[in-house]
Parts: sequence; C-alpha cells; structure tokens
Amino acid sequence: MNILDPQGPVGAAEKTILIDSIGIMLAIVLPTVVAILAFAYWFRASNTRAQYWPDWEYSGRIELVVWSIPALTVILLGGVAWIGAHQLDARAPIPGSGEPLTIQAVSIEWKWLFIYPEQKLATINTLTVPAGVPLHFELTSSSVMNAFFIPQFGGMVYTMNGMVSRLNLRADNPGTFKGLSSQFSGDGFPDMNFDVHVVPSEQFPKWVQAASNTDKSLDQHEYEQIAKPSINHQQTIYRLADPDLFFFTATQKIPPSPGSQAGAIGVAPPAEAADAR
Amino acid sequence: MLGKLNWSSIPFNQPLPMIASAVVALAILAILGWVVVKGHLPYLWREWITSVDHKRIGVMYILLAMVMLLRGFSDAIMMRMQQSVAFHGGGFLPPEHYDQIFSAHGTIMIFFVAMPFMIGLMNLVVPLQLGVRDVAFPTLNSVGFWLTATGALLVNISLVIGEFARNGWLPYPPLSELAYSPGVGVDYYLWSLEISGVGTLVAGINLVTTVLKIRTKGMNYLRMPMFCWTTLATNLLIVAAFPILTATLAMLLLDRYFGFHFFTNEAGGNMMMFVNLIWAWGHPEVYILVLPAFGIFSEVVSTFSGKPLFGYRSMVLATMAICIISFMVWLHHFFTMGAGPDVNAIFGIASMIIAVPTGVKIYNWLFTMYGARIRFATPMLWSIGFMVTFIIGGLTGVLVAVPPADFVLHNSLFLVAHFHNVIIGGVLFGAFAGYTYWFPKAFGFKLHEGLGHAAFWCWLVGFYVAFMPLYALGLLGMTRRLQHYDIPEWRPWLIVAAAGAVLILSGIVLQIAQLAVSIRRREQLRDETGDPWDGRSLEWATASPPPAFNFAVLPVVFGEDAYWRLKKLAADRSWSDQEPEYRAIEIPRNSPTGFVCAFFATMMGFALIWHIWWLVVAGAIGAFATFVVFAWRDEDEETIPAEEVARIDRINRAQRRTMLSGGTAG
Amino acid sequence: MSTVSFTEASVLGGLEAHAPGRDWSGPAPKRIVTGYGFWIFILSDIIMFSAFFASYVVLLGHTAGGPSGRDLFDLRSVAMETAFLLASSFTCGLASIAADARNTTWFHIAMAVTFVFGLGFLSLEAREFTSLVARGAGPTRSAFLSAFFTLVGCHGLHVSAGSLWLLTMMAQVFAKGFRADILRRILCFTLFWHALDIIWIAVFTIVYLLGSAV
Repeated sequence: MNILDPQGPVGAAEKTILIDSIGIMLAIVLPTVVAILAFAYWFRASNTRAQYWPDWEYSGRIELVVWSIPALTVILLGGVAWIGAHQLDARAPIPGSGEPLTIQAVSIEWKWLFIYPEQKLATINTLTVPAGVPLHFELTSSSVMNAFFIPQFGGMVYTMNGMVSRLNLRADNPGTFKGLSSQFSGDGFPDMNFDVHVVPSEQFPKWVQAASNTDKSLDQHEYEQIAKPSINHQQTIYRLADPDLFFFTATQKIPPSPGSQAGAIGVAPPAEAADAR
Repeated sequence: MLGKLNWSSIPFNQPLPMIASAVVALAILAILGWVVVKGHLPYLWREWITSVDHKRIGVMYILLAMVMLLRGFSDAIMMRMQQSVAFHGGGFLPPEHYDQIFSAHGTIMIFFVAMPFMIGLMNLVVPLQLGVRDVAFPTLNSVGFWLTATGALLVNISLVIGEFARNGWLPYPPLSELAYSPGVGVDYYLWSLEISGVGTLVAGINLVTTVLKIRTKGMNYLRMPMFCWTTLATNLLIVAAFPILTATLAMLLLDRYFGFHFFTNEAGGNMMMFVNLIWAWGHPEVYILVLPAFGIFSEVVSTFSGKPLFGYRSMVLATMAICIISFMVWLHHFFTMGAGPDVNAIFGIASMIIAVPTGVKIYNWLFTMYGARIRFATPMLWSIGFMVTFIIGGLTGVLVAVPPADFVLHNSLFLVAHFHNVIIGGVLFGAFAGYTYWFPKAFGFKLHEGLGHAAFWCWLVGFYVAFMPLYALGLLGMTRRLQHYDIPEWRPWLIVAAAGAVLILSGIVLQIAQLAVSIRRREQLRDETGDPWDGRSLEWATASPPPAFNFAVLPVVFGEDAYWRLKKLAADRSWSDQEPEYRAIEIPRNSPTGFVCAFFATMMGFALIWHIWWLVVAGAIGAFATFVVFAWRDEDEETIPAEEVARIDRINRAQRRTMLSGGTAG
Repeated sequence: MSTVSFTEASVLGGLEAHAPGRDWSGPAPKRIVTGYGFWIFILSDIIMFSAFFASYVVLLGHTAGGPSGRDLFDLRSVAMETAFLLASSFTCGLASIAADARNTTWFHIAMAVTFVFGLGFLSLEAREFTSLVARGAGPTRSAFLSAFFTLVGCHGLHVSAGSLWLLTMMAQVFAKGFRADILRRILCFTLFWHALDIIWIAVFTIVYLLGSAV
C-alpha cells in the first residue's frame, strides 16, 4: 500500500507533487531550524563572546525578508496547488489505451460491492481491472460515509448515500494491490479491505468470461441480504441480474441499509425508537 | 421513571472500564476523605470552589486540564499498545472498546485538556499583565469554569455508566445518527460538549471584554504584552466559532432525539452540511488552541533572552491576520469530499497563506534570540523545543494543504502525525512553558528545575519517537482508527511508536514528581519578591502569589514591557520609602453560583442522555432558581480596608527593596 | 539620592510614550463594561442563528416529496407576528426610558405591555407550529421542515426565555427598585429584546418570504 510506489499516472503525479512540495519547504525549514539551534547555542548567557543588544527589537530590512520568505514560498506552492488540483481533478477523464471501463462501487457496512455494468458482473471485496485502460469509478454508499482508496493508484473520494461521486484512475502494471476505506465507519471498518488484481488488457475479457460462469446472482433481494452489516465478508463474484441496482441505491429507491452496533449500551426500546422516527 | 437507565447500563462484564472506574473512584474517595478529615473542606469551599478570583479560577482550569491529561494519555497508551500487537488479530481491545477509546482520546485532549489549559493560563495572567484587579465578569468566570468541569465529568461518567461515542472526536453523520449509533455514547458526547461549550463561550466573552475595556491607565493597545494580544485574538475566535459548534451539535441532537432530518440519509438530510458546519467551527478551534501558545512563547523567549520581543507590531499584525484567515480555510479538512478543483485549490491556497504570518512569528522569535543573553530555564527549553517541532508540523500541514497531495494522505497516519506535531509541539509545549513560567506567580515558589529539564527531554524525544514513525506509516498507506491490520511492513513502525509513548509516559511521571518535590521543598524554592525570572511585564510587579486585589494601586503605563521600564527606573533610584496613597479596595464577593449551576447542569445533562425527562425539568428549574438567587443578592462586593491593603503591600515592597539593594530578603 | 514612589516613577518624565496619541484612561466603568460584554454575547448569538440560517438555505429544496414553503406559509399570520414583535420592541424602548427616569409605574406598565405583545407573538407561532404538525408537515417530515422548525423555533425559544427574563426584571424592580446593578440588567434585557426583533426581520425575510418564493 506504499504511496511512494505508485502504479498508475494519478498516483505517480501525486507522489511527484508530494516530493516536490517537501523539497521546496525543506529549503526554507532546514536553514531555519539550524538558525534556531545556532542562535540558541551562540547567544547562551555563559557565552561572553556573543554581543548583547538588550534594546534591539526592530529592523525594517529583517522584517521585509521575514515576511517575504514565507510569502514567496506560499506563492510557489500555491501555484503547485492550483495546477495540481486541476490536473488531478478526480472527475477528469484520464487517457489510456482501449475503451474506458466503468466500475460502480458501493460501500456497504463493512465491505465493498463492485458492479461492472457493461460486463454484467458484480464482486465483493475483489476488483479485477485491465492494465493501461482508463478506469471510471462511480461511487456511492448504502448507508454511512466511507472513502474509496487504492493507495498505489492515488486518488481518494468519499462515498455517500444518496449521491454519486466520481473518480478516474488507471493501473499501468499487472499485479495484485490493495484497497481500503479511509473514512471510519464502525466496528467492521478495519476489515473493509479489497484486493485489486490488475491483469494485462488482453486477458481481461477472459476474466470476464470465467467470472460470468458463477452460479451466484445479484438481484435486489440478494443485495438486501448483503446490505445487512457483516464483518470480514468473503470475496464473492455474482452475475448482475439487476442492472439498475447502483442507480436505485444511489437515488435511494432502495432505501439506505440498516445499521447495527454490537454491544451498544442504552439503546432505546423499539417503541420509543419508532416514535422518534 | 429512570428513562433508559437500568442495571444493564453498567458494563459489569467488561473488566477494563470496571477496573479503571474502580481505581478512579477509590482515588477520588481517598482525596475527599483526606480533605474532610484534615478539615480542609471549609477552606476549599471558601477559597476555591466559590472563588470568583481570576487567579484561583485559572489554577482550577489548569488543574482540570492536567487531570484530564492523565485520562487522555491513558487512552493514547492503550491505542499504541493495541496497534503494536493487533497484527492479524484482535489485540486486547475489541472494536467496540477501541472505537470508544480513540473517540474519547481526541474529545478529552481537545476539549478538556488543551482548551482548559489555555483558558486557565489566560485567566491567571491577563488581568495581571493588564495591570487590573480582575476580569470583566468574575462570577460569570466561575460559571464558565464549572460548566467546563461538568462536561469533563459527564465524559468520565460514561466510562462506568453507559458507553462513550464510537465515531471519532467529530461525530460525522450518518454514522452518528440514531440508526447507526443507537446507544447513549453519542448522546454523552453531545451533551457534554454543549454544556462545556457554554462555559467556553462565557470565558470568551469575558476575556474579550477584559482585554478591550479593562486595562490600566496608559495601557494602549500597542503597549499590551503579546500574550494579551493573542488572548484577544483567541477569544474573538471563541466568540465567533463556538456558536457554530453549539448549533451544529444541536441539529444532530434534534435528529437523534426528535427524528429531525438535518443529516439523516432519508427525507433529504445532508451529511455534507454537517461536515462543512463542523469544520467551520473546527478550524478556528485549532487556532484557538495554538494562539495562546504563541503568546506564551513571545513572553518566555523575550524574558529569558533579556531583550524585548523582536518586531512587536509585526507580531500583532500576524496574530490578527491568523485570527481572520482561520475562518477561510475550513474546506481543507475534506478535500476528498468532491468539491471540485476550483474550490479545493482556493481553500488550499488560503490554507497556505495562513502559514505566512505563522512563519513571521517564528522568525521574530528567532531574532529575539539574536543578540540575547539566553538563560535555559525550563520554560525556555520548552520554547526552543516548540520552535523546531512546530516548524516540522507546519511543513507537513502546508503539504496536506495541497489538494492532490491530500488525496493520498487524507485520514492516514501521516495526517495524525501532522496534527499531533502541531498540537503537541505547539499547544502542549506552550502549555508546559506557561505552566513552569507562571507557577511561581500563582503559588509563591518555583518548580524544581532539574526535574523540569528531565521531563522536557523525555517529552521531546518521546514525541519524535512516537510520531515520526506515524509519518512513515502514512506514506505506507496506513489509515487512521484501525483496530487491527494485516500488513507486516507496518508492525515495526507501530512498535517504535509505542516505545515513544512510553517515553512520553516517563516525561509525565517526571512532571508529577516535579510537582510533588517542589511542594515538599517549597521553602528552598520560594519566590521572595514576585519576580523570579527578571520579567518584563506587569504580573511580575506583584507579590507571588498576588493579593486578592492584585495591585495596591493600579500602575500607570508608558510603553511596552511596562514592568521592565519601571525596574530600570527604580534601579537607578532606590526603591522608595514614599508609599502610594493606600485606599480601601472593593473586590467581588465569592459566590457558589458557578458550582451550583454546574451541579444542575450535570443533572440535566445526565438526565437528557438517559431520557429521564422529569429530572431534566427539575434541573432546569434548579438552574434558573440559582440565577434568580444570584440576581437577588444585595451585597456583590466586599471591601478590603486601606490598612490591610497597606500592610500587604508593604511586605512586598520591603522584599523588593532588599532584592534591588542586592541583599537577601529579611 | 532622590527617591520616588512606585506610581510616581511611572509618572516621571524621561520615558517617551512608545505609541503617540491619546492614552488609555484606565478601566472602563461598570455600566459600559456590562453593556459591552452583553453586545459580544449578542454577536455570538447572531452567529449561532447564522448557522441555522445557513442550514435552512441549504435544505430549502429538500422537501422529500412533501410540502414546501409555498404550500405551508401563512403570510398573514407572519405579518401579525411581526407587528406584535415590533410593537413589543417599541414598548420595551418605553420601559427603557421609564427606567432612565426612575419611574416605577411607567416601567411596569411598559414591561407588562411588552410581555403581552411577546405572548401574542408566541401564541401565534405556537398555533402555526401545531397546525403544521397536524397537517403532517411537522419537523420529522423532511429536512426542509426540520430546518424551518429549528430556526423559527430557536427564535421562539429565545423570545420565551426573554419573556421569563422580563418577568424576573419586573419582580426585581418591584422588590428592590432601580438599583445600579438592576439598571445594568435592564440594559442587557432591552438589548436582548431588540436583538430578537432584528433577528426576526431576518427570519421573516429569509424563511418566509424567500421560502415562499422558491
């Protein structure tokens, strides 16, 4: 999950910005830290060689420099931020080879459901994508807020019920990587990990075909079973029986899934809870 | 009859909270027993609990903060231990506990350690620095303190009766809504903060009015000590930001209690609105925490350098700039919520702009040290430690202010390391600097220097050992709030971090030892004259501790570093036998209003949490009655006769005369 | 060796004032300090209301398929509430003048009339709320209605608290006359009451007029 080892252009660009920004700032920070320690040491009371200027409290020239250094640094970094934010806008499509692949992701308590609308497949906690192809993610949540993050691909976006957020990524090298949720969502949160298998682009259709042979089918009823809170859910592959599943979840035609909280103390008895509705 | 409260509300089957509560209960009973048996209760009631003296209230705030630091730190040690062992498995803290622990850790540290510490120092010092007798509203001051204590009490009660919130220190919906958090935990959090929020707001109003309207003759704005400027900026922020917190938490309470739909998933609620509102408060909050620390460092660095603060007007400008800009950056806490590149970039740039005045401050402290005669007393060590540590935290802050960088670092341990870097390196180091610097003023004797140095080094090294690994972990992809994990590369770093926490623990132990040893050796450490550090501002012109009325005659001020000028002048001429004309002084009368009001607030808070509606009404009536009783009193001040004022003042003048003529006090 | 006193030392020359201009004359008198502090409190209260106003504007369209402002608001009732509140502000001003003139009778009359107007406002508002709830347009119906009830209800709660304070002030003056501290509290009360009026103007503009147009 090392973000300093990116596997796609978004992650690589974000890493570059990271390193560059640190470099720019260290150029100011390191000399300042040295100066702090040097002044503290040299002007210690026991050092009679140091000059004592008990009334010196102002210098226009120093003030000018002292305001300018942070200001110039900020102007430089501000430029980096503006350009970087626009170039790495999550919603901007990314170039790549082949047709963009659309994946719809739903964060559910406490697992990830991935729907491939064109391939009519759905998976839980495992993602298979072709290398070099632009990946277009549409994300929502079935209940509470989560955040979709594959560290080595860069980019991160919140998932929220009733809304669709978008993220564009590309995976350049085959391999297996990990993804997670980075917004705390309850007891099962630490297990919201998913595998990302990047396969060479010509092998992707083969994977689709093999996966379509699964005997499991995802329709609304099955979705409602999945949507119940569960921890450490098994990786599963489904055929997508209901193509509107993501749309209905995102627009709340399928109502938000219920919660649970193990061992909660002071839960109101059902009658009172119903009144509060 | 008792709402949702019943015997199963106490987690008898959970050893950890049961043992912790038992230990705390025993400690409280032991201390209370000792107090009562030794006959200290009347003294405590008269001189402390019902006191409206800003010095006493300030000390009580700091005491609250230090006790809560122990609780918050216990949570921290448990978290570090859990994460160092929870590889491929559950560790010793199941999720429902771990989640409460990290939520309580953040809530307690921010609301019941950092805030009371800073408000306590401001209360203790500012009227003295302004050359006046007390803050603008002394009884209100007492109410504010006791309401803050109520909040702390409620959070701690949740350990033994019920549970605490499990969603982090900010209750993001929908997780914090009733559907996904059906227990009382979130309610404990909400009511505790609503009540203590009133206390904080009251302190804010008090200190703003004090700095703007209650200064001694000649103390123009640009002659105030830097700490008073940062107090002004901090409390303006409190007055402007805390109402937003009150409103936002109220909206969540309405959702949870009455089925409203501000932030629910269904019926049109908007969770993004919560995120915006809470951070519109949350970002000013962190400047509320750090600005007083900046003020403390200005005082400490100039005093122990033997020079005036470099670039005073620049510092004032920088402080007010930080105050204003802090309201314009809140979105940087959620770049990944999807606002788009234009909005993200604007807020990112604004966040960097705030680094400019902050950088200016660092350089001005640097140049205060240039040409100085630096004495490395404990407060100065904390200040230098702060300067180096805070810069690193600022660097990582500007880094995550770049939106695309934040996309890979948001909510990771890198972020956690950044904010601990600035809060510990900035706020906590500042609190400790202020504590060691002004302790002699408050109590009349200094803290043991050797133990102070040792504690500082343990904290400094411990901090780096505990938090630098977290930067690495963030870069390795580890996100925050994980009860367990299965990436082997993370484990060594987490073990090192746990070791750092142990080092910090030894720092805390040394601080406790320092206090105990200093109390025992207080005669040797006595501050005879009231000016143990060769100070520059007016608080050092009073005795240690100052009399109730602070100054027998309010001083007249002609420039910055008011006391330094007076000393230079008095040193040229010997301290006078020509006394000022002593007059009787009126000081505000003590009042139990604050304590009693807080009692009813605790009652109401607890009753609201457990849905005991009749008790809520009873508490409300009690609180209102308390105010009416207070409003009905006929005597709100008491007079100290002129002879008494003279007697007290003469002792201090004699001691100073002796100091200035080079001898030892008689 | 000449000797100087602690205060004289400050007064003696040789110390140029660092900041030229009129020097601060010392701690302000109690009445000014009290009023100033209360203004700061009112500003903080207005900020709290701003958060509720912001939530109202954000949630304006979130009616969850239910009724919107145009369907629900009775602008005639709102106009009457406004009249009550404005009139009560006027009579509160009269009470202020009576207090300045130390005239107990007129003070009590003006305060009593203020209270009655306040009660009139509150009863109209209570009627509006109950009728909305009865029509199934209560605060739990939609986010828009949650925001509406909270904002307007918060203002109403402030008016209720103010009315309780009003009665307490009348009792204080009755029991102890126009003592200095009681006069300071009357000042704070009148500031509070007028501030509530100002907030109401924002309420009926943004909540009712804007909410009916959308």
